[in-house]
Amino acid sequence: MAGSASASNHRPRENWSSRLGVILAVSGSAVGLGNFLRFPGQAAQYGGGAFMIAYVISFLLIGLPICWSEWAMGRYAGQRGYNSCPGIFNFVGRHRFAKYAGVIGVIIPVVIYMYYVYIEAWCLGYAVNFLRGTMKFADAEAAGAYWKDFIGFHRDGEALGFGLEKVGPYLILVFVLNFVLIYRGLAKGIEWFCKYAMPALIVLALIILVRVLTLGAPDASKPENSVVNGLGFMWNPTKTFVVQDMPDGTKARTEVVDPDKIALAAKNPKFTIETVGVLAQLKNPQLWLAAAGQIFFSLSVGFGIILTYASYLRSRDDVVLSGLSAASANEFCEVGLGGLITIPAGLAFLGVTGVSGQGTFGLGFNVLPMVFSEMPAGNFFGFLFFFLLFLAAVTSSLSMLQPGIAFIEEAMNLGRKMSVAVLGFITAVGCGFVVYFSKDIRALDTLDFWVGTFLIFILATIQVILFSWVMGVDRGFEEAHKGAAIRVPGIFRFILKYVSPLFLLIVFVMWLLVNVFGVSFETGQSKLSGYVVDLFVEPQVVSWMSVCLIVLVGAMVTLILSRATIYRSELANSDGE
Amino acid sequence: MTTGGWIIMSVSVAAVTLLFVWSIAKVLRTPGETEKMHGFEFETPDEKTDRDPS
Repeated sequence: MAGSASASNHRPRENWSSRLGVILAVSGSAVGLGNFLRFPGQAAQYGGGAFMIAYVISFLLIGLPICWSEWAMGRYAGQRGYNSCPGIFNFVGRHRFAKYAGVIGVIIPVVIYMYYVYIEAWCLGYAVNFLRGTMKFADAEAAGAYWKDFIGFHRDGEALGFGLEKVGPYLILVFVLNFVLIYRGLAKGIEWFCKYAMPALIVLALIILVRVLTLGAPDASKPENSVVNGLGFMWNPTKTFVVQDMPDGTKARTEVVDPDKIALAAKNPKFTIETVGVLAQLKNPQLWLAAAGQIFFSLSVGFGIILTYASYLRSRDDVVLSGLSAASANEFCEVGLGGLITIPAGLAFLGVTGVSGQGTFGLGFNVLPMVFSEMPAGNFFGFLFFFLLFLAAVTSSLSMLQPGIAFIEEAMNLGRKMSVAVLGFITAVGCGFVVYFSKDIRALDTLDFWVGTFLIFILATIQVILFSWVMGVDRGFEEAHKGAAIRVPGIFRFILKYVSPLFLLIVFVMWLLVNVFGVSFETGQSKLSGYVVDLFVEPQVVSWMSVCLIVLVGAMVTLILSRATIYRSELANSDGE
Repeated sequence: MTTGGWIIMSVSVAAVTLLFVWSIAKVLRTPGETEKMHGFEFETPDEKTDRDPS
């Protein structure tokens, strides 16, 4: 490296202080609201057994391989001093346009941070209000109404209010906390926080898990609403429906878990019992899309975050075991903790109808607050749960800032103070936009759809092609195995080269068909997605402004990138070598 | 909850728990895993630059 230009010439090289520290930081990045809210909802919707089969296959075909490729490419480019996605792509791709593909790796974490920190503030706000004892709800509708007031769902600008039952003060607090930690640097900021937050998060989750599993059937008059039936709703491989012929000729299908209720319905001639087995469920493409999507977003692959984190490793630091450890920590939190807490608790108090069909926000901010307000010592457990979500969210949001900081430091050759100031300004403007346009959370939803889903597929595809086809899978494996504590099984060469890109492509096409063109695989009918309608059919100003915000961030990053000389000198050096 | 549900839940939870415990144990047992953080004094990359401009 001596004698050649490198990105590290002008800046002190940062490193992680320990391997366990970096593993906790990467797993902290992956563990978030999705583990405790999104995964249980998806698994319950698609039937536990069938969903878990698709989930494990997706983990082995895209989750783990892409995760390892990000760790290996990040450390490889990091030795030359490149920590940002454009820098890493430029170094690995060895083409003058490769760095521009890396722009997506800056847009994704920066834009996601703009709305994620808003959700983080909800979690802190809920934790504080449970501690104050103000979270008492008569039913789930009341809990939903409280959430809408809290976040300013009814009209734009409503979220800007201050007071302990408004999101404003919590938002300022979490925004400042994130930037203080980022300013302190990798080891003293991110790593320090994650070393306490991750174990604390697991301990909190275990306490809540014990509480939930010992709830039994809280309402003696409704024995079917029990934790055991909640676990059944979540994990039973065969889904059972009671079907009733309606007077208008349609059929009403209600999912039932309780064996006594099923037996009772079977004796009633008005009802018929319908069961859907594992194989029938696995034939549903939407189940595969949900499982692959969950693995993808849960492990934080395709965000550009692992690339940046791994770039701060030393040349002989292990990446194979570290990658596996971070992924397994995430899976433990998701399947072992999230999979046993959320749905059983919800069903024990609200029954099957209370939890079925609930999305991430519905489960987290409507169903669970209601559950905790009914539960004995609910204020304490409600505080613990939302504080757990808050910790999980902070460890994730910190990881979203580091790629932006790395890019500003690298491309603009700025010190930490200035780069924190620049990124702080950009994200504050973006966050202000999301918080102001809070009506129907349209700005948040639009950004999440186009950046938090669409662009992630694109970046993951670029990453896997770069590793397997441009760098070459053999060279990539050689690089990954430097200093490795364990070896990657040989089958993953084939998986990374052929299966992962193909699997990603199929999932992406399916995602486009379902979520953009609104194709239903069950009925064969199609209806344009609301996100497309909001842009092109019935244009909504906020939706367009959200897209413009994404384009603006992208244009800014591209402009800085085009003027940075650091990447040109790298290519000139490699040509001359 | 059906027998199939119990089996799937037990296998899934046991698998992820064992993988997690094995991975972390392996990391902690591997030579070279050193802890270099001493205290939590406030030190930023800018301060490092000021102290050691090279």
